[in-house]
Amino acid sequence: MTVHLLSPTRASHSGHAPARLPCVFHSERMLWLFFFLVTAIHAELCQPDAENAFKVRLSIRTALGDKAYAWDTNEEYLFRAMVAFSMRKVPNRETTEISHVLLCNVTQRVSFWFVVTDPSKNHTIPAVEVQSAIRMNRDRINNAFFLNDQTLEFLKIPSTLAPPTDPSVPVWIIIFGVIFCIVVVAIALLILSGIQQRRRKNEGPSEVGDAEDKCENTITIENGIRCDPLDTKGGCVNDAFMTEEERLTPL
Amino acid sequence: MEKARPLWSNPLQFVFACISYAVGLGNVWRFPYLCQMYGGGSFLVPYVIMLLVEGMPLLYLELAVGQRMRQGSIGAWRTISPYLSGVGVASVVVSFFLSMYYNVINAWSFWYLFHSFQDPLPWSVCPLNANRTGYDEECEKASSTQYFWYRKTLNISPSIQESGGVQWEPALCLLLAWLLVYLCILRGTESTGKVVYFTASLPYCVLIIYLVRGLTLHGATNGLKYMFTPKIEQLANPRTWINAATQIFFSLGLGFGSLIAFASYNEPSNNCQKHAIIVSLINSSTSIFASIVTFSIYGFKATFNYESCLQKVILLLINSFDLEDGSVTADNLEQVKSYLASTYPSEYSAIAPQIRNCSLESELNTAVQGTGLAFIVYTEAIKNMEVSQLWSVLYFLMMLLLGVGSMLGNTMAIITPLTDSKFISSLLPREVISGLVCLINCAIGLVFTLESGNYWFDIFNDYAATLSLLLIVLVEAVALCYVYGLRRFERELQAMTGRALSWYWKILWAVVSPLLMVGLFIFYLSDYILAGTLQYQAWDASQGQLVTRDYPPYALAVIGLLVAASTMCVPLVALGTFVLRRLKRGDTAPVS
Repeated sequence: MTVHLLSPTRASHSGHAPARLPCVFHSERMLWLFFFLVTAIHAELCQPDAENAFKVRLSIRTALGDKAYAWDTNEEYLFRAMVAFSMRKVPNRETTEISHVLLCNVTQRVSFWFVVTDPSKNHTIPAVEVQSAIRMNRDRINNAFFLNDQTLEFLKIPSTLAPPTDPSVPVWIIIFGVIFCIVVVAIALLILSGIQQRRRKNEGPSEVGDAEDKCENTITIENGIRCDPLDTKGGCVNDAFMTEEERLTPL
Repeated sequence: MEKARPLWSNPLQFVFACISYAVGLGNVWRFPYLCQMYGGGSFLVPYVIMLLVEGMPLLYLELAVGQRMRQGSIGAWRTISPYLSGVGVASVVVSFFLSMYYNVINAWSFWYLFHSFQDPLPWSVCPLNANRTGYDEECEKASSTQYFWYRKTLNISPSIQESGGVQWEPALCLLLAWLLVYLCILRGTESTGKVVYFTASLPYCVLIIYLVRGLTLHGATNGLKYMFTPKIEQLANPRTWINAATQIFFSLGLGFGSLIAFASYNEPSNNCQKHAIIVSLINSSTSIFASIVTFSIYGFKATFNYESCLQKVILLLINSFDLEDGSVTADNLEQVKSYLASTYPSEYSAIAPQIRNCSLESELNTAVQGTGLAFIVYTEAIKNMEVSQLWSVLYFLMMLLLGVGSMLGNTMAIITPLTDSKFISSLLPREVISGLVCLINCAIGLVFTLESGNYWFDIFNDYAATLSLLLIVLVEAVALCYVYGLRRFERELQAMTGRALSWYWKILWAVVSPLLMVGLFIFYLSDYILAGTLQYQAWDASQGQLVTRDYPPYALAVIGLLVAASTMCVPLVALGTFVLRRLKRGDTAPVS
C-alpha cells in the first residue's frame, strides 16, 4: 500500500495532528496513522451518493435464469478491471489501475457503488469523464458479464439506444410497388381483352348487320335469346335447355 | 327490348357472393364487443332469436325481390310501385356513402400488411427520440401500437377542425385498394363470380389457423372463460335485445341493395329460400367463431399485460429495498409487500404511489370495438407471439379479404342500377361506368386521408347508414306485403321457383319484422334526440390518450346532410313521381 501525502485540508478533517513522541516510535505511529487515514479516505471517497460515485445494479437471475452465476469478490474484481479498462481508453487517463477503482456497499440485490480515483488516490475522477468512458465501452462491459443494458444498469448513465436500421428504401414501398404493378397490368389486360371481344363482335355480323338490325326488335325477344351472345360464346347454347338441366341437378 | 342479363356461372357463386358480402369486418370487430358488453354467453340467446325472427326473413325477402324483378334496387322497386322507386334511390345513396368510407379500411389493411414484412414489426418498438437517450415522448405515454396507429398511420390531428394535409402514404394505399376493387368488378358477374371464391373461403382458412394458434396461447382460457360466462341479468336489459337486433340487421347488409343486385343475376328458378337460410346461418356462426378467436387473443394479451405489470411491481420493490434478484415472485408478492410495509414503513410509503394494483379482470374489461380492436388490440397481441411477421401477414390478409368481399357487394349495389338504366348503359360501356364510380369514390375518399380524416371516418361510420337503413328496410317490407300484395308475390314466387311460401315466412314478412323495424327505428331516433350535442373521441398527443370533444357546427351539418340525403329520397321521389303523373294526366286529359 503506497502512502500518499496528505493535503492540508484533509489533515484538518480526518486525523489529528501527530503527537509529540520520542523519535523511536515516531515512524511506526506515522505508518499506522497513514494507514487509518488512507482507509478513512478510501471510505469517504466511495460512499452512496458521494461525489462522482455511480450506483450499479445487476439482475443476473433475470437475465440468465438457471445459468446465473453467484456474485462474489472475483466478479467484483472483473468489474473493477472492466471499469479500469474503460478509463484507460480516455486520453490522459491511460495510467488508470484496477486499484484505482473502489467498490462499496455491495447488497444482495446485487447493487453497489463505485468511484474511480486519480493516481494520487486523493480525489475521484469527475463524473463526466467516467460517464463518457463507460458509455463508449458499455458493450464490452455488458458482454463480460453476459448481461445487457437492462440487466446491468448504471444509474445516472443513460445508455445509447441502438439506432434503428433504416434501409434506404422503406420495405413497404417495395411491396406496394410490386402489388400495384400487378394490379395495373391485370386491369390493362382485362380491358384490352374486353375491347378486342367487342371489336370482334362488331366486325363479325357487320355484313348481315343492317338486315339484322331491322329484325332485331322481333328476333331478340324470341325465347329470350339474343343472337349476339351465341356468336361470342362460339356455339348455340339454348338457355332454356340449360335451365332444364339445372333443375335436375340442384345445388 | 331486353338485353340478356349476365348470370352467375353456377348457384355456388351466388351463395359465395352473398357470404363474402355479409361476412365482413363487423363479424370480427363488432360482435365480440357486443358479446362482452351484454352478458357473454347469454348474449347468444337474443342473438339467435333475432336471427330467426328478423335476419332470415328479411334476407329472404330481399333475395326473393331481386330474383323476381331481375333488376337492381331502383328498377326492382319501380316495378313494385312507381312511387316507391325512392327506396331504390335511397339504397344507392347509402351504398355510395358506404363505399366511400369502407375502402379506407382496406387501405389501412394494406398499409399494415406492407409493414408486416419487417423485423421487428414497426408497431412493436417505439422510435427513439432526438438525442437517442430514450423513446419518443408520445410513444412512451401511449403504447407503441397506439403510437403506430395514431401517429404513423393516421398522423392524426388533435381535433376535427384542424384538417392538415393529405397524407400521401394512406392516399397511395387507398388508390391501390380502389384499383383492386375495380379489377374485381371490371367484368361484372364474370369476374366477380370468380373472385368471391377466394374472398369467401380464404378468411375461414385464416380464422381456423388463428383459432388453433389462439387456443394454444398462454392465457387464452382466461379470455374464453371471461367471455362465455353468462351474465343472465343482462337479458333483462332492453339494450341487449336492441343491440342483438341491430347487429343481425347490419351484419347481413340488408337495405343496401347489394343483395337485390346479387339475386337479380340469378336464374329465376333458383331456390333462394334455401340460400337465404344458408347465408344467414353461416354469417352468424362466423360471428361466433370469430369471437372465440378474438377472445382467446384477448385472454393472451390480458394475461401478458397482467404479468408485465406484476414484473414491474416486483422490480420496483427489489430495486427500492435491494432484495435479492429472483427472491420475489408473483406467488409471494403479497406477503413480501405486507412484510416490507410493516418493517420499513417510511420507505414503503414513499414508493407506495408507484405500486399499481395489477388485476387480470381490469385488463380483460377493456372492451374495444371497431378500428381500435383491429389495429391496436390485435396488433398488440400479435407482436408478442413468436414469428409475429407470419401472424401479422395472415391477419391483415384476412382483413383485406373480408373488406374487399364486402366492397364487391357495395359497388355492385351502385353499378347494377346504373347499368340497368337504358339511358346510361347506352352512353357508356360497363367498364367505363365501373371505372367512373371507382374514380369518384376514390377522389372523395381522399378526405379520409387528411390528418383529421379519421374523425370524418367516424362520422360516416356512425351516421351514414344506421337510421336510413332501418327506414329503407321498413318501407321495403311494408311495400312488398301491402302495396304489391303478399298473395300476388307469393303466387309469382311459386311460379318462379316451384315452391310454395310457407306461413312462417308470411307471418314474419307481414307482421313481425315490420313491427320490429318500427321499434328499432323509434329507439334510434329517440336515442339521437335525447343525446343532445354529439361528441367524438379525439387523440391528444400530449397526454397519449383519447379525449372527448364536441362536434363543431359544420360537422353536425354534415351529419344531418348524410342522414337526410338518403332518408329524404323516399318521400321526395314519391312526391316527384306523383307530381309528374299529375302533369302527364293533366296533359293527356284534354286530348282524350
